[in-house]
Amino acid sequence: MGTIFWKELADHLGSKRFFILSLIILVVAGASVYLGVQAFGENPEEVGEYAYLLLFTAAQSGLPSFLSFLAFFGPLLAVLLGFDAINSEFTKGTVSRILSQPIYRDAWINGKFLAGLATLGIVVLSIALLIFGLGLFALGFPPEGEEFGRLLLFVAVAVIYLSFWLALGILYSVLFRQTASSALAAVATWLFFTLFLYMIAGVIADQLAPIRANSTASDLLRNQNIRDFVLRFSPVALFEEATLPILVPTYRGLSLLALLTRTDVPTSPLSLGQSILVGWPQLVGLVALTSVCFAVAYLVFMRREIRTS
Amino acid sequence: MIVEAKGLRKRYNTVWALDGLDLSVQEGEIYGLLGPNGSGKTTTILILLGLTEPTEGTVRVCGYDPVREPLAVKRVVGYLPEKVGFYEELSAWENLRLITRLNGIPEPEAKRRIGEALEQVGLAEVARRPVATFSHGMRQRLGIADVLVKKPKLAILDEPTSGIDPEGAAQILELIKRLRGEAGMTVILSSHLLYQVQRICDRVGILQKGRMVAEGRVAELTGSGAGFLAVVEKARPELHARLEGEEWTLSVEDLGGGRLRVTLEEGAREKLFEIVAEEGAIITELRPQVRTLEEIYLRYFQE
Repeated sequence: MGTIFWKELADHLGSKRFFILSLIILVVAGASVYLGVQAFGENPEEVGEYAYLLLFTAAQSGLPSFLSFLAFFGPLLAVLLGFDAINSEFTKGTVSRILSQPIYRDAWINGKFLAGLATLGIVVLSIALLIFGLGLFALGFPPEGEEFGRLLLFVAVAVIYLSFWLALGILYSVLFRQTASSALAAVATWLFFTLFLYMIAGVIADQLAPIRANSTASDLLRNQNIRDFVLRFSPVALFEEATLPILVPTYRGLSLLALLTRTDVPTSPLSLGQSILVGWPQLVGLVALTSVCFAVAYLVFMRREIRTS
Repeated sequence: MIVEAKGLRKRYNTVWALDGLDLSVQEGEIYGLLGPNGSGKTTTILILLGLTEPTEGTVRVCGYDPVREPLAVKRVVGYLPEKVGFYEELSAWENLRLITRLNGIPEPEAKRRIGEALEQVGLAEVARRPVATFSHGMRQRLGIADVLVKKPKLAILDEPTSGIDPEGAAQILELIKRLRGEAGMTVILSSHLLYQVQRICDRVGILQKGRMVAEGRVAELTGSGAGFLAVVEKARPELHARLEGEEWTLSVEDLGGGRLRVTLEEGAREKLFEIVAEEGAIITELRPQVRTLEEIYLRYFQE
């Protein structure tokens, strides 16, 4: 498996698509530092001790935060690493050449998945560190230990999130014979989860629990809960919910209750452990989604006849 | 016996790709697996390699069972797939390097073997060029190098000459023959062109609809019992009728202008001379008939 892993890793890191996408993310990283520093400059008091984490979450009209950018475009990078993993080997005719070598068939798909995972890990970690580094320049004071810990946690969660998309890409590369079909299917899924589900969630919530002029707070709450419930089918929403408590220590949950009562409860930051607890269910959900995707891809691939003609 | 298969059957959905195939290949020979497209050649090969499982039947390859011990088989068997593919952006050398790594061949030994293999197939000068720039014939030769770096006991080549011009095909076949001699490998190669591979094959097996319809030395299959072909000129209609009446003629065909094409049994040449002389005609051509693959299929089908 090691041989496959290193070959695939070298392929990923040397490919043009990887280079272009990393460049885009790099530019965004620069922009997010700019936004974060501005937000800090406007209101240094409220930000308090977590200035560095602000670099990831600060947004301004028109410019998204790094977090939402990663949630939105990160999947594209991950899917690009996986969508032609298996079917391109079939179209190139390399599949029977490789599988006639003395390696187990699952070593191949495992090696490909792990190489993709390592690539994503390298990208996310280096960009996160880069943002911290640029932040050091712009802010002029070093990050604290806890901020660094939260950063590493954020990186871990982001890699888990992106690994779901990688597994999805690999799944499609096993299910579809043509790379064009698997790419289209992957982009369609991406659009569905990042855009359409958000619209659909609102529609469903408004149908089941309409909000009128005379609606009570419990109606509003019900509407919001239905919306959240539908959204949690999307890994994008899960990722945002799982990372917000890590990056925003004062964050206590997405529900309306938290918003309504925010003025009543102290907004003091939670400890690192408590923050993790807030996002824990979502994190488990992400891991489960990834596992299911990869398991299906694995099973289908192991049973696939390798006849090319 | 380096390969021994008995009663192989393989079903794809509702179609039986193999329907009771027996195959045995001796150590050191070049065995040609012949048959039209869809006759089960590739399926047989994939089963031998353990890349697909037979629905019924038993196989032994180099003493191993490909179903139970696919890795042991793959360690000693080299395989050139029908449409061999390489990683286009990697060089010929790097492509072979990947194969030596997957086989766990230690580094210095691997480098030596890759150099040797590329030398043998005549690609040493383009070793560092990306495969994307290679012609079809070069890819096919690289595919053979790919088999050679493993130093296999048995090489299985699926349609090694398909899509290559006659000259290039002849070169590849010569290469295979030479390598068999140098490396002492057993070779199984498949083809749908009997005339192309008959020169280098020690034995051939002919497949049709998933069964072995004929097996043996090329000469036995193409020559023996096929009879003679004669062309007669200045023949009158009476001669035509008379020849058709004889029991040793297999067919009589009127080519027009008093010319007849006659096929006859092997031992009946003298009888033909007599009759033709009596009727005042002359024989302009007489030669043993060589069967084409199609005729062999037809013959074994009629039986």
